[in-house]
Formats: sequence, structure tokens, C-alpha cells
Amino acid sequence: MATSTVLIPPRHYLNDGYGIKSWLLTRDHKRIALLYLASVTLFFFVGGAMAVLIRLDLATPAGDLVTDETYNKLFTMHGVMMVFFFLIPVIPSVLGNFLVPIMIGAKDLAFPKLNLFSWYIYVVGGLFTLYALVTGGVDTGWTFYTPFSTVSSTTNVVPTALGIFITGFSSILTGLNFIVTIHRMRAPGLTWFRMPLFLWSTYATSLINVLGTPVIAITVLLVAAERVFHFGFFDPRLGGDPVLFQHLFWFYSHPAVYIMVLPAMGVVSELVAAGCRKPVFGYSFVAFASLAIAVLGFLVWGHHMFVAGESVYSALIFSILSFLVAIPSAVKVFNWTATMYKGAVSWETPMLYAYGFIGLFTIGGLTGLFLAAVGLDVHVTDTYFIVAHFHYIMVGGTIMGYLGGLHYWWPKISGRLYNEGLAKLSAGIIFVGFNLTFFPQFVLGYLGMPRRYHAYPPDFQVLNVLSSAGASILGVGYLVPMVYLMWSLRYGRLAGSNPWGAVGLEWTTTSPPPTENFAETPIVTWDAYDYHAPVEGHVA
Amino acid sequence: MWTGTPLFPEAASTMASRVDALYFFLLGVAGFFGLLIAGLIVYYAVRFHRRTPDQVGAQIHGGLALEIGWTVIPFLITMVIFVWGASVYFAMARPPDETLNIYVVGKQWMWKFQHLDGQREINELHVPVGRAVKLITTSEDVIHDFFVPAFRIKADVIPGRYVTIWFNATKPGRYRLFCAEYCGTRHSGMTGEVIAMDPSEYQAWLSGGTAEGSLASAGAKLFQDLACNTCHRADAQGRGPVLDGLFGKTVRLQSGETATADEAYIRESILHPTAQVASGFQPIMPTFQGIVSEEQLLELVEYVKSLKAPAQGQGQTR
Repeated sequence: MATSTVLIPPRHYLNDGYGIKSWLLTRDHKRIALLYLASVTLFFFVGGAMAVLIRLDLATPAGDLVTDETYNKLFTMHGVMMVFFFLIPVIPSVLGNFLVPIMIGAKDLAFPKLNLFSWYIYVVGGLFTLYALVTGGVDTGWTFYTPFSTVSSTTNVVPTALGIFITGFSSILTGLNFIVTIHRMRAPGLTWFRMPLFLWSTYATSLINVLGTPVIAITVLLVAAERVFHFGFFDPRLGGDPVLFQHLFWFYSHPAVYIMVLPAMGVVSELVAAGCRKPVFGYSFVAFASLAIAVLGFLVWGHHMFVAGESVYSALIFSILSFLVAIPSAVKVFNWTATMYKGAVSWETPMLYAYGFIGLFTIGGLTGLFLAAVGLDVHVTDTYFIVAHFHYIMVGGTIMGYLGGLHYWWPKISGRLYNEGLAKLSAGIIFVGFNLTFFPQFVLGYLGMPRRYHAYPPDFQVLNVLSSAGASILGVGYLVPMVYLMWSLRYGRLAGSNPWGAVGLEWTTTSPPPTENFAETPIVTWDAYDYHAPVEGHVA
Repeated sequence: MWTGTPLFPEAASTMASRVDALYFFLLGVAGFFGLLIAGLIVYYAVRFHRRTPDQVGAQIHGGLALEIGWTVIPFLITMVIFVWGASVYFAMARPPDETLNIYVVGKQWMWKFQHLDGQREINELHVPVGRAVKLITTSEDVIHDFFVPAFRIKADVIPGRYVTIWFNATKPGRYRLFCAEYCGTRHSGMTGEVIAMDPSEYQAWLSGGTAEGSLASAGAKLFQDLACNTCHRADAQGRGPVLDGLFGKTVRLQSGETATADEAYIRESILHPTAQVASGFQPIMPTFQGIVSEEQLLELVEYVKSLKAPAQGQGQTR
């Protein structure tokens, strides 16, 4: 359409100062978001490289590529990098940082310096963990189960634990920053129920971050204390209880799954609304489902321990609570699907990721029912069924949501459009590669292949080769966006302030936005997703 | 017997068919909802595809009936799954009264089995078909997990605890045993086989071994070697409680509480004698932590279990 009228704004956050100092000392939430973007991408590719080695090794039953010691370090570091340094921070710290102030019509977060400090904490924690990696690695699994981690492992448990401990403060401070910002800094007229759903889920996530992260911080410190000073917390020979660790660990790490997926759900609500040019069906149900997940998510940790000597009755209570937490997730899926009904449904890249998210998250959620059923969980827990299930949630859910969000807001972040054809192609590659990687693992799991096995019986090979083939396709799918997104920074068409014809405050300011986000504070007189009239300014 | 690419595990225990039935039900539920959502997304994406660049969707904000419907119906379905899963779990958690007991000790990276008649095995476990077998498990070092896919059973083997798990094999064969809880470098090598045999063959196997007497008799010898019998005897002026007929009884403790004299209680009393002192006795017993191994502990436990209550006044000879 009228591309000739699209101009890059003369003054925006990217040209407001050049040089390394203008970035490393910035207090602009948008620049901090980009600092996070660079650092989480680095950790993603480190963790991803390890996944590639793991899948290559598993292409043969004997695991011929690396030794079992190396294999154990690979899956541990893959988990640590991906969970603590990519999946947990990715959406809140990149998209959340960029969007929370803009979506509420504010100039910045409530505590801009604290926001920069959070990034530094994250980087220091990450460097600790990288140090542990390059000086020999760690072989406990990302779950650090005791007493193996405290008395048996001879690897770098303590530096890794400290890395996780330090990074936790970044989550806590970012969570606090978002909570205060959403409470105190909304533009005039922007009531809670006019907020985009991304903010509801960011808010729910921040609550979990603030309440849950201290528990994992204490837990990894206890592990370090038992390792270094031989305090008897978990080692039965010192009078400790090894299963106590699992309670403490999962009390954080189960809610952590929702830290990873709730923000992605928020992104998908935005993608579906803009992709259908329609209000999200059942807005308040979707909003409250986020809070219900945040609350119920704290009450289900015991389902990780059905075979870990838990009493029959606590197993039953954790089982029924786990079924309950599935309901709000199901409600969201139904609402997103219903939003498409009589929509003006787009097939552009962000919407393709939304379709992918809903499909894969649905499979991940439904297989969660298998695991919540105690009598069935006994057979499939600790097998590849679990591996497949949580990758459907974390990779199929969180990463699809993140990539969808990145493609949707990229024109706002960069001011330019990427190559739509390549973007669609890579979304397709990722979807196919993902399913080929992880679907066979459900079958392997029910067959009984345990997770964290470096070698396996030969008759499991065909399914493992399929999975490894899928992983290589998936790897290509993740590399292609790197290329065309970088390319678009210089050569992409100018986006204009609203390339999607979407509503929402972020599309009312320029692309890229000015440092202060808005020339003057907006006054909000409409609900979220107010597509009442034909939209203007749509390019594609 | 493992050739080709199986897509479904062998079913060789009484529990397997119950677990599989629940699995198929869940596959049905998951398949239905998965296809429903996928079908609707594809249909809507095609049917309501954006026709003009400035087109917007219909002004639909929600519907209370639908919201209630897709909250309540999934809730009811999940409750059915919950009850079904719980009933299967109850059956797994409660062994029948009459079981063949076998002790299991996990260590990095092997499985050690002790039969009551004294046979010892490593990474191979022979059991009879058609009889409930109860495994009393513990670990020498870190947490392991006893997992036999063909039986659909799994339990963490935890140091410092006795965890029991039971199964009833339904057909003869060799079935894979995996350690399913990550336990260090050679975790994936901590595998073995459960060999289920016809009862007659099992009897032949039992008598063909080179057992050095039953587990209880090994415990009896240890009981003397460690001089336990100097205090735990009727004429020892009450230095230690007499253990005849102790197993399964309720013990009154010095603290006023009571404890059931099960395997874990006996183990605890040997390793941490002052933790649960029986009422009427002084805490004078030394600890045997570091002196007896997990396997010797099991022999002592089995010996104490074998001590029947004295018939008329006179205890049996030790």
C-alpha cells in the first residue's frame, strides 16, 4: 500500500546516543530489552549446541560420539542454560521489558536503574555458569537431586549453583519492577480490564517470580552448604533427608514452568487478537485464568515425586490439584480458538506461530493429564514421555510464543520489516522439526526408555534416529530467523508505526519509538482489542 | 526376543493391563480434544481468512454459556481420570498379604538382590510367575529407581529408607530392568533383567544355586559376630530388649510415643540406636553406622523378623 508515506522517525531510541557507553549505562527499558535479547540469544545457542550434541550421540544405541561422563555434562548444561538463562527470562526480559511501559502508556518502568542492574545480575550469574562449564562442567542434571549432587558428584556443582542463585535476583527484581509499574504507572483511563492480556500474564508471572525464586535460591545454597561444609540437610548419613531437597526444588521449579509458559500465553493472546482483528473471546476469563494458574501452580509440586516415596494420600492430593491446574490452561486454549470464529484471520508469520503454539501447547497440556493420573505416571515418569511432554510445553509453548512475539513486534523494535516468505518458511520448518524431534519420544517413553540415558537398547534406535533427524531440522529452523532478522535491520522495508493494522498503544507511537515512548501521555478511552472499524495503515 | 522396532511395550504383569487400559482411555481423550482444536483452527483459518487488508473481525466479546461449558466439561473428564488413576495407584501401593519377599540394594552402578533362601544375584532377578513378589529396596549411595517397563512398575530406591514395590508376573520371560533415576556416570549402564519363570523351574533354580544358608541364618551369625546377643537376650538383666516376636509389634518408646517395629524401625535402631529408645531401657547401645553394610543390615532385619514369639516362657535358641 502507501509505502511511500512511511518514513523512519528522525529521533528514536536507537539513534539517541551511539557508542558502547550509551548501551551499557542506558536506563531506557527498550535498550535494556535489546541487551537481554543479545544475551538470552547467546545462551539459547549455547544450550542449543548441547542439544545438537546430545541428539547426535543418541543416533546410535551405544552413544558413540561422546563418553557417558561428557554426555551427562551435556544434558545438565543444556538444561541449566535453557531453563535458568533462556526460558525463564526470555519473554519477560526481552518482550516484557520492551512492551510493558509502552503498553500502559508510560515513559519507562518504575525503577529504570534497577532494571539495568537486573541485567547486570543476569550477566554475572550467566558468567558464573559459563565458568563452571568451561572449567569442567557439571553432571547432576539441572535438577541437582541429592544426595548425588551433595556427596557423589565430583563436578562443578557449587559454581553452577551460585550462578543460578545470582541470576535468581534478576528475576525477583524484574518481577518487582513489573508489578510496581503495572500498579502505579498506567496511563489515564487504562483500567485493569482495559489492559492487553500480555500485561495480565506478565503480572501473574511476576508474582511467581517474586514469591517462588527465593525458595530456589535458598535450596541451591543448602546444596552448596552440604557439599562444602557437610551440613546434614539431605544426606541420610549425616541425618538429612534426600527427598526434602525434591520438595524444596519443585516448590519453585514447578511454578517455574508457569514462569516460562504464562508470558507465552500472554503473547499468544496478543497475536490472536491482532491476527483476527477481534477482541479475545472471554477476555476476563483469560485474564483470571492467568492468575488461577499462578496460584494453583504453587500447589502441585508433589506430582514430581509420585514414585519418590511420597505417601499414598499426598500423592492423591497432588494428583487432584494437578488436574485442577489443567483447567485454566484448557479455558485459554478454547478461548483463543473461539476468537478465530468470524475473525479477519491472518496467515502472516506471527499468526502462524500462534497456530503452532496452540497446537503444540495443547498436546503438551493433554499429555500432562497422563502424568497427573498417578497410576499411569508411575510407568511413564522419568522416561522419555516426560522429556517429550515438557519440551512440548517449554519449546512448543514458550519458544513458539517468543518467536511469534518477536516477529510481531520486530517492526516496532527495529522499525523495519523482515522477509515474510523466509519467515513463513522457517516457522514451517520449526513446526515440522519440532514434532519430528519430540513426538517419537512419547512412544519411546511408553516403551520404557528412561531419560538421561547415554546408551539404550538397540530396538529403540529407529525412534531415536527420527528424533535426531527432527532435531537437525529444528536447528536449521532456529538459525534462519537469526539471518533474516539481522538482514532486515539494514535492508528491511520501513515498517511505519502500525504495519499490522493492529490496535494497542504500542502501535500508536513511531517505529522505532522515541526514547520517551510517546510525545505526550496517551489517554485511554477504549477497551483492549477495540477493532470496531476498518483499520488503516496496514501494509501487507 | 527384542527385534524390530516395537511401538508398544510388552505386558507381563497383572498391573500392566490396568495401566494400559487407562493409557488407551487417555489417548482417546487427548486424541479427541487434540483433533477438535486442530480441526477448528484449520477450519476457521480457512473459512475466516482475511479477504481485504482493512477487514476487521466481528464484534464478539465472549459467551458465558460457552465459558461455563468448557470449564465444567473438562473438569468432569479430569475427575474421571483422577479416580481411575487413583484406583490403579492404590493397587500398586498395596501388596497382597501373601508375598514372596526379596531384598534389593542399589548402588552405583549395579543392582544386588538377596533372596530369603540365601541366593544372591547381581543385575539379574529370578522370580516365579503367578506369585506376588514384594521387593524391599534400599540404596547404598544415591537415589536410584527400580523400573521394569513390562510390569509397568517403578519406584525410587532411596538411601536411608526401605521402599517396597510389588508385582505379579504373568508370563515367563526375560524383562528389562532399568535404573530410572539419574545416579551418575554409568547411570545408563545400571540395567539388568528380571527373569520370570514357571514355578517348577523357579524351584529348580532355587535349589540349583550355591546358597550359603538362608538370609536369616546369615543374620543370626552376624548377630553373634557383632555381639548383639550379649544384650539382646532374656538373661541380660534388661540391658537390651528381647527381640523375639518383636517384628510387626507396636513398641512403646522412652519419649512416650509409639513406633511400629517394621524393617525401617529395625534398621534405624541399629544405625541410630538413641533415636527411638524402647521404653524401660537406657540409651546405651552403640551405633553400628559404618560397621554394617546395607546388605548385612538386611540380613539382620530378616533375622529379627524370623524370631517368633516364645511359645511358653522359653525363647528359642540363638
